[in-house]
Amino acid sequence: MSAHAPAGDHHAADGHDDHGHGGGHGHHNAEYPFLAHHFETPAQQFDSAKLGMWLFLVTEVLFFGALFVGYAVLRNRYPDVFTYASAYLDTTLGGINTAVLILSSLTMAMGVYFAQTGRKTALVVCLWLTMAGAAGFMVIKYFEYTHKFHVHLVWGEGFYKPVTDDGGLQSAELSSKAPVPLAPAQTTMSAGTVTAQQLAMPAFVQMPAGEQTAIAPPAAGPAGMAPAVIDAKAAEHAADPATHGDEALHLEDAAMPPNTHLFFAIYYAMTGLHGIHVLVGMGVIGWLIVRAGRGEFGPKYYTPVDLVGLYWHIVDLVWIFLFPLFYLID
Amino acid sequence: MTTLPARPAAPTYDTPESDNYLIHDKGIPSWLLTLDHKRIGVLYTVGVLLSFFVGGIFAMLVRTELLTPGRTIIDAETYNHFFTLHGAVMVFLVIIPSIPAALGNFVLPIMLGAKDVAFPRLNLFSYHLWISGAICTVVSLVMGSFDTGWTFYTPYSTTTTAGGVIPVIVGVFILGFSSIFTGLNFIVTIHKLRPPGMTWFRMPLFLWALYATALIQVLATPVLAITLALVVVERIANIGIFNPAMGGDPVLYQHFFWFYSHPAVYIMIVPAMGIISELIAVHSHRQIFGYRFIAFSSVAIAIFSFIVWGHHMFTSGQSSLMNTLFSAISFSVAIPSAVKIFNWICTLYKGSISLNTPMLYALAFIVLFTIGGLTGLHLATLNTDVHLHDTYFVVAHFHYVMMGSALIAMVGGLHHWWPKITGRMYNEKLGMIACAIVFVGFNITFFTQFMLGSHGMPRRYYDYQPEFQIYHVISTIGSYIMASGFLLTAMYLVQSLVSGKRAPANPWGGATLEWECASPPPYYNFHEAPKVGDPYDFSNLHWDERGEGYVTVKPPAAKA
Repeated sequence: MSAHAPAGDHHAADGHDDHGHGGGHGHHNAEYPFLAHHFETPAQQFDSAKLGMWLFLVTEVLFFGALFVGYAVLRNRYPDVFTYASAYLDTTLGGINTAVLILSSLTMAMGVYFAQTGRKTALVVCLWLTMAGAAGFMVIKYFEYTHKFHVHLVWGEGFYKPVTDDGGLQSAELSSKAPVPLAPAQTTMSAGTVTAQQLAMPAFVQMPAGEQTAIAPPAAGPAGMAPAVIDAKAAEHAADPATHGDEALHLEDAAMPPNTHLFFAIYYAMTGLHGIHVLVGMGVIGWLIVRAGRGEFGPKYYTPVDLVGLYWHIVDLVWIFLFPLFYLID
Repeated sequence: MTTLPARPAAPTYDTPESDNYLIHDKGIPSWLLTLDHKRIGVLYTVGVLLSFFVGGIFAMLVRTELLTPGRTIIDAETYNHFFTLHGAVMVFLVIIPSIPAALGNFVLPIMLGAKDVAFPRLNLFSYHLWISGAICTVVSLVMGSFDTGWTFYTPYSTTTTAGGVIPVIVGVFILGFSSIFTGLNFIVTIHKLRPPGMTWFRMPLFLWALYATALIQVLATPVLAITLALVVVERIANIGIFNPAMGGDPVLYQHFFWFYSHPAVYIMIVPAMGIISELIAVHSHRQIFGYRFIAFSSVAIAIFSFIVWGHHMFTSGQSSLMNTLFSAISFSVAIPSAVKIFNWICTLYKGSISLNTPMLYALAFIVLFTIGGLTGLHLATLNTDVHLHDTYFVVAHFHYVMMGSALIAMVGGLHHWWPKITGRMYNEKLGMIACAIVFVGFNITFFTQFMLGSHGMPRRYYDYQPEFQIYHVISTIGSYIMASGFLLTAMYLVQSLVSGKRAPANPWGGATLEWECASPPPYYNFHEAPKVGDPYDFSNLHWDERGEGYVTVKPPAAKA
């Protein structure tokens, strides 16, 4: 970093005595106004920031990592649930979202390049494009989520509970057809009066008799569940979105394996956490747009653009794993 | 040494008052919004000590309740809340931040010869997160507290009707990020802010320990964070991932929890070992024995910490293969731990030992950690663990390690750096008496619990068989003795702030860089970049009567 050598000298000449520093850690280096007082050179500051960001990304990987482990445990325990439930996810929308995110990573990487080369307008355009990609992703995700809420493809109890127009439950009627037997208590339970205890031990879950250990038994699933049934469902689901749009097909499906709600629990947990990261990314990209507009970035100082770029790539990378793990099963 | 060369012209004990970090700025905002690592360290120390007081009160209430079988002072429900609060406060608010965030923040940059940590703003943010986490705990108390045990095991934690579970879990989540950011800051600081000459193997061992600790903080804590987030979501939205009634897996929760919380034990003990390495070397005035072994054993413990978590689940239905592997790896943790013990004892051997308060704490640490470590082997053995699991034996074991070792080292370190932090000397005689009281009280309290546990008294129980009462009474009396020792400590430390003697720059004869700057240090630590030498070469340090401190005297050869 020979280009930065003069900065070090300049700084050393500036000295570290108290005068003018006041209570803050502000630094009055005319050539490098961004240089904090406790760094000797801009290169040292940049390297520190970059190492810090990489460490933060490591924590992000571990943060998501636990959920990926949870996914692996659940999928290993209920393989048929994942095969079955995955068909309810819209591969087309998921695929579009994957493409959108990868493209936004490209524009982000270009933004870093333009920041390094000091091309302000190009940088701002690239940041806006990245922002558009992130927003597009969230809009598509919003439609995916709302549709699933509409047809009871949700976590936990709601997965088994069709709601009529007046908000009442149809459980009694459903119980004869539902693949997962509902206990009588549930037929009288209304959404408003559910106690914490009932929520904790919902009656709708099928527990094999005799299995009373704390460890959930591997679900056997319907013996010999015919892949054809699932394929037929998937085909129907793909071919006829109009009818699918108004109905919660899974509620009447005899082939639905027990504990299918867990697929949606982990699906919402992982994609939800990822969505939060996209929103945070939009926030920091917005902050970059403001600063870039003020012309704060250039060859001497582009650290924030570089670091946000790294963050954005990891958000992208997480999605690249999420997409096949949820949408592309079987 | 009859002909000492000329003394340095300006001994640092009469440093002008105008330049030190304590009075550099005035007013409460200048403290709460400070970016100075020293002030942040002091703020953490105050917070941690206050939390220690609160957690100690809960401990006293629990011990008092256990004086008799059945009800003594509180009912069973309240008892469950109190032992949970004791555990959660002590682990998350006291021990985890005590050494890295409180003492580490103060000492690390100065020891390293840096002006500050790499990210001062992030450091302040960590502290604000710590405060937020503490506030969440208070909110939890107001909303009905929690009775889950500090481990928050599911499905109980997701179904209990105690009202304060969600706020406290949010609090621990926040505290986790405070810990992550502190660790991240320290790693970058040690990598990037070492001055010229400060090579990895010239780093004081406390810094090696803080580095190893920071690695664990960064690599383990995110898993706890996401796990606790899932528990909150499970409580709010009933997603069922950890609920066996819904096909979820509570043992998965235990795996996640201990994947963090076992390494967290080393977040507590590794920096404590770092402090002890400093105390033993400085107060023996002798080159530390086996520097590289101690340094690498810290890193080895950090690595081992990630592959032993399963020993908390020997009785949770793990496969026998898993149990065997986890048992074997857990045994191997004893190796780097014992390496340190042997090195410390070899350092003491033929050392010129100053038997003062920090040294007494260091010696107490060696005894207590040896007991705590060796009883860990009983628990790592599969067949004895089946008998001892969830008994008072476990309680005694981890108190010997967490309190008898980690906290004792924290208190020892606090005494060691107290003159540097406050610029005042405490009453040495009272310090030694208090240390002795704490040591005796601690052993009466917890050694008894080894016996209780091996006789079959389960942990966390409110009621017990009459034959256990004698042990409980002895243990409770011991806890009162220990508490009086800590109260005495608090008294003379506060007194030293008011009327303590001014501290010299180097009261103990330490050779690390923090003893080269004044007590208390100037705002920017070093006016000129310090010269880095061997941190354990004490040959040039000599007692100076005039300043009642040690001064560096260059050997004549170096002057020529």
